[in-house]
Amino acid sequence: MANTLPPIDSPASQRHRRMRRLKDILAKYMIGIGGLGVIAAVALIFIYLVYVVFPLFLSGSLEVESSYQTPNSTETESLYFAMEEQARIAVRFDNAGNATFFNTQDGSRIETVEAELPLGVEITSFAIADPATRIVAYGLSDGSAVVLRHNYQISYPNDLLTITPFIDYPLGTEPLIIDEEERALSKISVQDDEEQAMIIAITDDGELLLTDIQKEVSFMSDEVEVETETTSITEDLSNVDHMLLDKMMDTLYLAKASGEVHAYDVYDPEEPELIENINLTNQESDIISVEFLTGDISLLVGDNQGNISQWFPVKNEQGKPELTKIREFTLGTAAVTGIVSEHARKGFLAVDENGQLGVFHTTAESTILKQQLMDGVAQHVTISPRANAALIEDDRGNMSFVRLHNEHPEVSMTSLWGEVWYESYEEPSYVWQSSSASNDFEPKFSLVPISFGTIKAAFYAMLFAVPLAIFGAIYTAYFMTPKMRSMVKPTIEIMEALPTVILGFLAGLWLAPMLEQYLPAVIVLLLLLPLSVIAASYIWQRMPSYIQNTVSEGWLAALLIPLILFTGWIAFALNHPMEAWLFGGNTQQWLDRELGVSFDQRNSLVVGVAMGFAVIPTIFSITEDAIFGVPKHLTNGSLALGATPWQTLVRVVILTASPGIFSAVMIGFGRAVGETMIVLMATGNTPVMDFSIFQGMRTLSANIAVEMPESEVDSTHYRVLFLAALVLFMFTFFFNTIAEVVRQRLRKKYSSL
Amino acid sequence: MRKWIDSGSPWVWLTAASVSISIIMVVGLLLLIAARGLGHFWPADVVTFEYQNNNQIVKVAGEIRDTEEVPAQRIIDSGVKLDTNEELISRHLIKTGNRDLYGIDFRWLIDPFILTRATPEELMVIERREWGNFYGFLGQVKVDGQVIAEGAESWDVLQQQIEKTGDTFSVIRGIEHGDIGAINYSLERLRLKQRGLELKGEDTPQALGKLEEERQSLQAEYEGLQSELQTHYRELNRASLVAETFDGKILEIPISKTVQAYRPNSMSVFGKVGFYLGKVWEFVSDEPREANTEGGIFPAIFGTVMMVIIMAILVTPFGVVAAIYLREYAKQGPIIRMVRIAVNNLAGVPSIVYGVFGLGFFVYFLGGNIDALFFPESAPAPTFGTPGLLWASITLALLTVPVVIVATEEGLSRIPKSIREGSLALGATKAETLWRTIIPMTSPAIMTGLILAVARAAGEVAPLMLVGVVKLAPTLPLDGNFPFLHLDRKFMHLGFHIYDVGFQSPNVEAARPLVYATALLLVLVIIALNLAAIAIRNRLREKYKSLEQ
Repeated sequence: MANTLPPIDSPASQRHRRMRRLKDILAKYMIGIGGLGVIAAVALIFIYLVYVVFPLFLSGSLEVESSYQTPNSTETESLYFAMEEQARIAVRFDNAGNATFFNTQDGSRIETVEAELPLGVEITSFAIADPATRIVAYGLSDGSAVVLRHNYQISYPNDLLTITPFIDYPLGTEPLIIDEEERALSKISVQDDEEQAMIIAITDDGELLLTDIQKEVSFMSDEVEVETETTSITEDLSNVDHMLLDKMMDTLYLAKASGEVHAYDVYDPEEPELIENINLTNQESDIISVEFLTGDISLLVGDNQGNISQWFPVKNEQGKPELTKIREFTLGTAAVTGIVSEHARKGFLAVDENGQLGVFHTTAESTILKQQLMDGVAQHVTISPRANAALIEDDRGNMSFVRLHNEHPEVSMTSLWGEVWYESYEEPSYVWQSSSASNDFEPKFSLVPISFGTIKAAFYAMLFAVPLAIFGAIYTAYFMTPKMRSMVKPTIEIMEALPTVILGFLAGLWLAPMLEQYLPAVIVLLLLLPLSVIAASYIWQRMPSYIQNTVSEGWLAALLIPLILFTGWIAFALNHPMEAWLFGGNTQQWLDRELGVSFDQRNSLVVGVAMGFAVIPTIFSITEDAIFGVPKHLTNGSLALGATPWQTLVRVVILTASPGIFSAVMIGFGRAVGETMIVLMATGNTPVMDFSIFQGMRTLSANIAVEMPESEVDSTHYRVLFLAALVLFMFTFFFNTIAEVVRQRLRKKYSSL
Repeated sequence: MRKWIDSGSPWVWLTAASVSISIIMVVGLLLLIAARGLGHFWPADVVTFEYQNNNQIVKVAGEIRDTEEVPAQRIIDSGVKLDTNEELISRHLIKTGNRDLYGIDFRWLIDPFILTRATPEELMVIERREWGNFYGFLGQVKVDGQVIAEGAESWDVLQQQIEKTGDTFSVIRGIEHGDIGAINYSLERLRLKQRGLELKGEDTPQALGKLEEERQSLQAEYEGLQSELQTHYRELNRASLVAETFDGKILEIPISKTVQAYRPNSMSVFGKVGFYLGKVWEFVSDEPREANTEGGIFPAIFGTVMMVIIMAILVTPFGVVAAIYLREYAKQGPIIRMVRIAVNNLAGVPSIVYGVFGLGFFVYFLGGNIDALFFPESAPAPTFGTPGLLWASITLALLTVPVVIVATEEGLSRIPKSIREGSLALGATKAETLWRTIIPMTSPAIMTGLILAVARAAGEVAPLMLVGVVKLAPTLPLDGNFPFLHLDRKFMHLGFHIYDVGFQSPNVEAARPLVYATALLLVLVIIALNLAAIAIRNRLREKYKSLEQ
């Protein structure tokens, strides 16, 4: 037996010890790495959320990539510039009818296409349609107009993206006769969609001509046949400086430098109708430039003092649309010479006489950046369809190609948390509406209504849960017999474990219809229950003592169950008679008619009960622990001094345990704020701002669950949803931390007592 | 009176009432789910009514699903001409089935208009694969268009035919899902292999030829199965039955479209019990039919279990290691205290936040990179760059890791210092002490944590909606095709099934009983897990009480 263990200094034993030490060290490092790794993974949640949200709050930037002399700029005058999707090729339209395509990087000319114009006529006016259609029009000196389009063909020879620009004529190469009397067209405006087009022109003697063009595509060839019809307004309009027709071809705006604007309804081109006359400026300033914001609802008006204001029609008291100034941006002090709107977002660029460029966003009400680009007068500005590049030309033909970095202009503190006046809304409001089928939709990212919904849902849940949970916990910890307590506690713990999807489903499919049908009963029950319990208590106290002694106070909760069930039964049995007697047989109709309260089936009451049910166990068990943990010698001391159990409870126990109760409420609140499934299923998920108990709401968490799967990765919407998640995370983390710190302090206090 | 108020007695009674209300709510909720969930499978009597509707007499047959008392005023308000002095009118919700004939399968009947009611023995219910239930009388049974049975004996013939077609049907399913599914899977793998070779520039004619050869052999196998299938399908479509509804419409139903036929009105109690058990078994073992509103929920059970198992495999070692680090290795100080608070708090962070994180970080970031590195051949279709089983499991592991850490730490803190010191004094290293004494003694606490984590994961839905759950998964995440466990597949989940069928289903009324049954199953699983955790915890406490003495 002596040699079962090798001697302590033998090589085998030393090897064995080395091995053991190695294992020990290895274990130490493995556990260290593992432990820190888990903690890091948990921290990663916060870091990643911030990482995704962060770009929302980066301000935009720009860099001038290159500057060069505009091609042909010495011979002709520039009218308009545009870029294709990739921002590699730009086109310049000039007053000689040339379309010059050039490379945006170095200004090298690719091709010049001359428009097919009749001999001996001159170009007297020029217009662009909605930039997305890439259509432009020339008004000619013989009273006719030519409509053309700059177009790009994309091919991949040898896997290399190649863009071939060309010009085509969507309404045919033949000039369209606008004025039979062959007067020169001094102003022109054009819009074109699939079925029809419209050209509106002012002749050099001031007559306004509206030409409606009906297109018919013949099935055999792809050629378009057009049919024109012209109406005129014979008002003297010779001093109109800006003419804008919206792309729906509904409204025509005529603006003068003085600020006077006429708006015409041209929905029926044969009977144009004057909607309003309004002055957009004060006495001192003049209008220099007017453009539509994408969507053609708002007008952007730049004046000679460096201000740009946004206007759109808002219904006045008589229900008539009236151009209203919504907000104003300041570029500098010099005249705003050019404004261009982004193609897909509600942002715009503006340049002024001092060569300054400004980037703005209307919904966010933000000035994203302002930068001095050139010494001379900036005359033309254009933006690429993806809003990532711009071209700016000064009055001497010097062109700057600018790269824009401006991913999320829609988001600012105002657009997230402030009241915003959205297009076509009658007043500033808080709205969450993140997407729509339309392309020039104005996304509404106000977090206010959904945060409000979150608080509202949590509030009603707490209203239901806090009294029940705290009262219940007091009784369980202080009065209940240990035997009953050992049954009640696991029951409540099971209540905590119930999946919220089940509570939500019951709330939506069982509770909501039940509450709708038995609304009077439920309200009566809320009043009747405490009254009946107090009445029972009084009667009990009047009973002879031998009956009182049969049941100890510790079993009261069991005794009360039949009473409560009976009260509930009475309330529900009385429902229909009460409804017939008080509310004319239909409570919802009565509420609507008499009180003007509309009733949603899935409302806050349902959410309050269901979510209250979910948070009761949380609050209950923490409160119960806090009260049960109050040292016995404190209560014994109080009782010994002659206080009743109830006095001891109120003056000693609850006071000592109050930090614990506070932290229980905090944690319960945190849980109610973040709960998703119950709210998702038990409310209508409409983001309304209404505190009524009979209305639904949409919460941050439900909003994420509904919209996250559909949002495009890295889009503004995606990042705003991450922001919502971050808000939830920080909010609950904050409340839980407070609660946890308070609890730890309390524990220390108990142990010192 | 005064004395009574001073004694605080009314307050005590109110606090007691709060407990009673809470208990009533929990028990009531469980009873409600149980009653509705279990009641669904019971073969209810089919009742026939003669019903007066706007001076016409219509014949209605169906199961009474619900009966409620409504104020007469409400019915009059909804435009029904009702001449009554009664305040309350009862009305019945009847499941009339026959959706292919009537368009809807539920209808309300108002009690005063019901003229007669009866429960004819001959009335049968046919569960169909489409259009929901059929209620009516059996007329004939046909095979190949020839009447083989009529009248009284046709019932037995029908049962034989249904059994026969049922067998054929499962053979067809076996071929379509098993064999053909495997072939399709292999073909897809061949395609990816070829694409992979092309990407690497190794698409030599020999390599391609070899792939083509394999493809040919698979194709041949496929065609063989296809012709086999066709004979089965011919067999399947031979028989049909002719039935008459209660209001006299004649309908011919192919037997291939029926699941089973029964006559609840003539069943004995034992017959009903047997039928009931059969339905319960079908519910847990079968696949869903008719947009999840009929049939079973097996894929959802399977998906939930798979996800929970993978999650448990991930969460246990990490949670335990983190707890051991925090309790045994880390230097106890303000930083560790803060970490502990943070870990505690994470249990309170809304689960949807974990879902958002999982979608952004795991699915789009990690998954996207994995796809770019390892699965370039299947691009642009994502493999791991899309929600799936793996990401769902990892997300839930992250969600439940605080539960395991907290439980394990509590277990560690309960082990008396003397045990550690004893072990160290005998010359054991720290690692040996941990491995041989501390962890075994903590194992019940670890178990408790794990069970609680599993219970939480099984019931959690919100994050899963973002990271991998679907309403109907065509294939299970585990099957006979290499590599057998498909972590990239989407899966079904009991909790999500409840949400989806209850709220997104086109026919909520028909689906509702099934949702209750699913809810009952989920509740039972979770209660069982929690009770197990509570029992283990209590035993653990007893054990260490004796140690401390």
